[in-house]
Amino acid sequence: MRTPALDLPVRLLEVRVRTGAVAILDGITMMLEAGAPTVLVGPNGAGKTTLLRVAMGLIRPTSGLITWGGREICPPTRRAIMFQRPAMLRRSAAGNIRYALAAAGVPRAKRDARIAQLIADVGLKGLEHRPARRLSGGEQQRLALARALARDPDLLFLDEPTASLDPAATNAIEDIVRNVTARGVKVVMSTHDLGQANRLAGEIVLLHRGRLIESGPAAEFFASPRTEQTRKFIAGELLV
Amino acid sequence: MPDDTSALQLVLSGDPTLFAIVRLSLFMSLSAVLFATLIGVPFGALLALTRFPGRETAIVVANALMGLPPVVVGLAIYLLLSRSGPLGFLGLLFTVQAMIIAQAVLVTPIIAALARQTIEDLWAEYRDEMAAMNIGPLQRVVTLIWDARFSLVTSLLAGFGRAAAEVGAIIIVGGNIDGFTRTMTTAIALETSKGDLPLAIGLGMILIAIVIVINALAWVARRVGERYAG
Ligand SMILES: Nc1ncnc2c1ncn2[C@@H]1O[C@H](COP(=O)(O)OP(=O)(O)OP(=O)(O)O)[C@@H](O)[C@H]1O
Ligand SMILES: [Mg+2]
Repeated sequence: MRTPALDLPVRLLEVRVRTGAVAILDGITMMLEAGAPTVLVGPNGAGKTTLLRVAMGLIRPTSGLITWGGREICPPTRRAIMFQRPAMLRRSAAGNIRYALAAAGVPRAKRDARIAQLIADVGLKGLEHRPARRLSGGEQQRLALARALARDPDLLFLDEPTASLDPAATNAIEDIVRNVTARGVKVVMSTHDLGQANRLAGEIVLLHRGRLIESGPAAEFFASPRTEQTRKFIAGELLV
Repeated sequence: MPDDTSALQLVLSGDPTLFAIVRLSLFMSLSAVLFATLIGVPFGALLALTRFPGRETAIVVANALMGLPPVVVGLAIYLLLSRSGPLGFLGLLFTVQAMIIAQAVLVTPIIAALARQTIEDLWAEYRDEMAAMNIGPLQRVVTLIWDARFSLVTSLLAGFGRAAAEVGAIIIVGGNIDGFTRTMTTAIALETSKGDLPLAIGLGMILIAIVIVINALAWVARRVGERYAG
């Protein structure tokens, strides 16, 4: 087990994000605590990506408060994020990971071993010297995960990490999520795969139109939804 | 009636006058591109990565300056460097340095504008990832310039192309002095008007060869970039 994460818990208090007159996040109050993954679900445009970016510290709330381990200002040295549409640096696959390792302050001498390990972890063996931008969508997504893991974060945000992956790769990534969680890393992820949410989540959070509709332990969320909206969402009906 | 064989003979026999002119031209244009790069790339990066009042105006002006008429630049530098001008005391008029200054002035906006576009596009792509990796401002600039290097080389070559082909500015500030400030383009202009066509044609052939080589290099830079960076 690692030392307790300094960035935890992450508290959001009445967080609002607006562009113009539209509220993308509308008064979100929640807490991300150490332990099992928190999984964000909700329809397209619900605000999942925006919430992950706020929690990562990339977007400042228009109003409301966010703190990491009690601090309002906390540079993302112990946090990492895998974006929904990751950008590949114009380097090889290994070069992308090397850059992340350097940015995280990993000593030069240790980088090669870490790269080999991370490449193996995400199943990209044999592709390390390919230009990252030439990899397939799924391969790029795996590389983005390796790059996020390279930072050895306490808090790991994954935005639809398996959206374009084949079933085997999806299983592999779910295993990675379980492994890092077992090592004491807090994972916060979004997904449209409710089965995956059920498999991985400690807590599930349902967002809709920028509002937090319901949150709670995965078992309760699926077995006894407290709101009509949640029941409909689980049943695959359109939310209004 | 000029015959091309004599022009070709001049080139093939390695005529010393002709090659002195070629050497001077290359020295002048390469120096100008070097200075223009040292000024233009950082300035382009600054325009691409910072937000300050008047930035948009600076971008429009930099883009407009790409099309500066060389004779006007020549005239302006002539006035600055002439004996009674503000920089007259430097005694630079009708020297190679004056020509390098004039060409650097012409080429800097090209390099700055192209560098700005390249770096800004790349930053739009990298921005989120760099923020997530907590990359500081200096490292950010270094990464962007490094990762954009193949495109940037293309803009340097574009700048060199303009410098090498230019005649209006350097003929004014350099004076086209035989053996001293005579370059390929100014020599062609002069020899043609004097009717000494073989030298003019010989220099013309070399100039075209240089332009072709530049474009080949630009192409190679792009291919290498695609190969290694995708
Ligand atoms: N920078 C922005 N400017 C304007 N609108 C934005 C911006 N970012 C997000 N939005 C809008 O906010 C809403 C929420 O976007 P967000 O990306 O957080 O949704 P999401 O839940 O991640 O959706 P998906 O499941 O499709 O990924 C959307 O309607 C989106 O159009
Ligand atoms: Mg999203």
